[in-house]
Amino acid sequence: MTETMTMAKALNEGLRAAMGLDSKVLLMGEDIGPLGGVFRVTEGLQAEFGDKRVLDTPLAESGIVGTAIGLAMNGFRPVCEIQFDGFIFPGFDQITSQLAKMTARHAGVLSMPVVIRVPYGGHIGAVEHHQESPEAYFAHSAGLRLLSPATPHDAYWMIQEAVASNDPVMFFEPKSRYWQKGEVDRESSGMPTHASRVVREGTEVTLVGHGAIVSMLLQVAELAAEEGTSVEVVDLRSLSPIDYEPIVASAQKTGRVVVVQEAPGNVSVGSEVAATVSERAFYSLEAPVLRVSGYDTPFPPAKLESVYLPSVDRILDAVDRALAY
Amino acid sequence: MPYTAATVQLLSPEGTLVHSDASEQYLPYVEKLSDDALHEFHRHMVVMRRFDIESANLQRQGQLALWVPSHGQEAAQVGSASAAKPQDHLFPSYREHVIALMSGVDPITILSMFRGLSHGGWDPQDHDNFHLYTLVIGSQTLHATGYAMGLNLDGRVGTGDPDKDTAVIAYFGDGATSQGDVSEAMVFAASYQTPQVFFLQNNHWAISVPVSRQSRTPLYLRGEGFGIPSVQIDGNDVLASFAVTEANLDAARAGQGPRFIEALTYRMGAHTTSDDPSKYRDNSELEFWAQRDPITRFETFLRARGASQSFFDEIATEGDDLAADIRKRITELPVPASSTLFDHVYSDPHPVMDAQRQALADFEASFEEGH
Repeated sequence: MTETMTMAKALNEGLRAAMGLDSKVLLMGEDIGPLGGVFRVTEGLQAEFGDKRVLDTPLAESGIVGTAIGLAMNGFRPVCEIQFDGFIFPGFDQITSQLAKMTARHAGVLSMPVVIRVPYGGHIGAVEHHQESPEAYFAHSAGLRLLSPATPHDAYWMIQEAVASNDPVMFFEPKSRYWQKGEVDRESSGMPTHASRVVREGTEVTLVGHGAIVSMLLQVAELAAEEGTSVEVVDLRSLSPIDYEPIVASAQKTGRVVVVQEAPGNVSVGSEVAATVSERAFYSLEAPVLRVSGYDTPFPPAKLESVYLPSVDRILDAVDRALAY
Repeated sequence: MPYTAATVQLLSPEGTLVHSDASEQYLPYVEKLSDDALHEFHRHMVVMRRFDIESANLQRQGQLALWVPSHGQEAAQVGSASAAKPQDHLFPSYREHVIALMSGVDPITILSMFRGLSHGGWDPQDHDNFHLYTLVIGSQTLHATGYAMGLNLDGRVGTGDPDKDTAVIAYFGDGATSQGDVSEAMVFAASYQTPQVFFLQNNHWAISVPVSRQSRTPLYLRGEGFGIPSVQIDGNDVLASFAVTEANLDAARAGQGPRFIEALTYRMGAHTTSDDPSKYRDNSELEFWAQRDPITRFETFLRARGASQSFFDEIATEGDDLAADIRKRITELPVPASSTLFDHVYSDPHPVMDAQRQALADFEASFEEGH
């Protein structure tokens, strides 16, 4: 049975389901209790599960992640909320130097089932530090897994899979999609967590993206179709590890790939996709793999975000450039 | 930093029991100890110092990339760790060799880290809940606090059952008190009233930077500022270290929240074998602390209580045997197989690890098959 709900609600329902399944799952973060989080993703959960399962923490990102590590050592499965993307860096050391490496340092006798939820990305006109896409920092760190859902259905299932994972998962939530509604099928089983997915079939150009960008890629595909160009769209879903098979297969079919992301392009997830597609589909490519991304600048003041972020026009332009080879 | 009237000291540098306002409440913790227990304190300190000296020698001879001496800090470590119950959890920094060995970690395991063969690899559950070393300064204080939060959530605190109630000790140094993580750990510990003891070994130097650069106040007062009852002890007094830690662990297990102990001690050697302390500290300071050595004062105390010469001879021999044993075993340690690079990076299967493990195996095999 499918239901229509926003991504925020789907995440809320997914967390509720995960907490109901396992009493060791607990939520921790700033303002996630009575307020329900600044995006209301945890709304009602403290009332339902109590303040020992939903912890309003002191305002300290390193403290949140560091104590989550200790809780995981003690058999809990903490789900941390970092309030905004640009505020994750005070917790960066605990995430990359500690959380990511704990299992390896312990030669596998210790697992780190910690989820770190990060509302990320632009398109909401917010102030500094509230619109960033820091996923590349974490994709670069061995020991972490990175997920980012693009739809309410994926959000509902992927958050549950993240909680069930024995590895630390950085869960990037595209905040501009929180209020977008979509169908959630609670009786399906969801896709394998780390599978990328072709969300629209096409024959001439492949567009690859994740999170909020996926809906933009679908818009581009619609517009391109009106101009007679057949575009295939792949949703990465998992940023680390990346499931390349559908992407490479698509590249072999279309011969042209454009990777799109909100994050800066330099040394990014998109760079990695471009390099890998070039390695694996070299003889099938009709054009170099192109990237459309945020510029390599700090995220700008909100009135300039439409310049900075990939737009339908910039992506269409890249499609044209790919076709021109 | 000289001791003050507030510093709890049970055993004077001359090796006699101290009766003072600060010591009275703790002396009963010592009085209940048997001679065997007291001898065990001494055995640990002497054997571990011998281990430490041998390890530094091994580094000088090229067998270790680095050594982190614990010489001088034996009392702080032996006393505090002896106060822990089997169910308690200990989170070390990276200089707690004495506690590691007391917890049953094979000394060769510690040395293998400094030889470049591992990053730890022991299971805390099999070693008296002694957790892995942490090299990033202060990080482990948060892990300890999180663990202690879990004890509260699990109801393993304040039940009155001595085998169930559990506490945590977080070890850190004076340099670590400047790190944000240590402050955040105290914020969380105070907020959630966790069952834990923050055990600061103030050895007076963060590599070459004196403690005066870390703080303008005695460090134990930091704990008070977070709402954590705090006490300063003579960290070269194994009896004070034991008694004060036990009293505070008891309080933590009983559900009275976190405690903070600052143990005034001194590292007699370098920070690590990479630095030269003669460049940054005076001999007079060294002499001051040499006169307050934890082992000599405790030996005087034990002899006055009638410990036999044969006891001291036996533990000296035990230390020599351990030194000879690690000297022999260190060169026999195998380098791990290449494929272990990819083991345990993740707990669940991971396609990138599988692919890269295979790629390395194929690359290595190409040499064997080709020529």
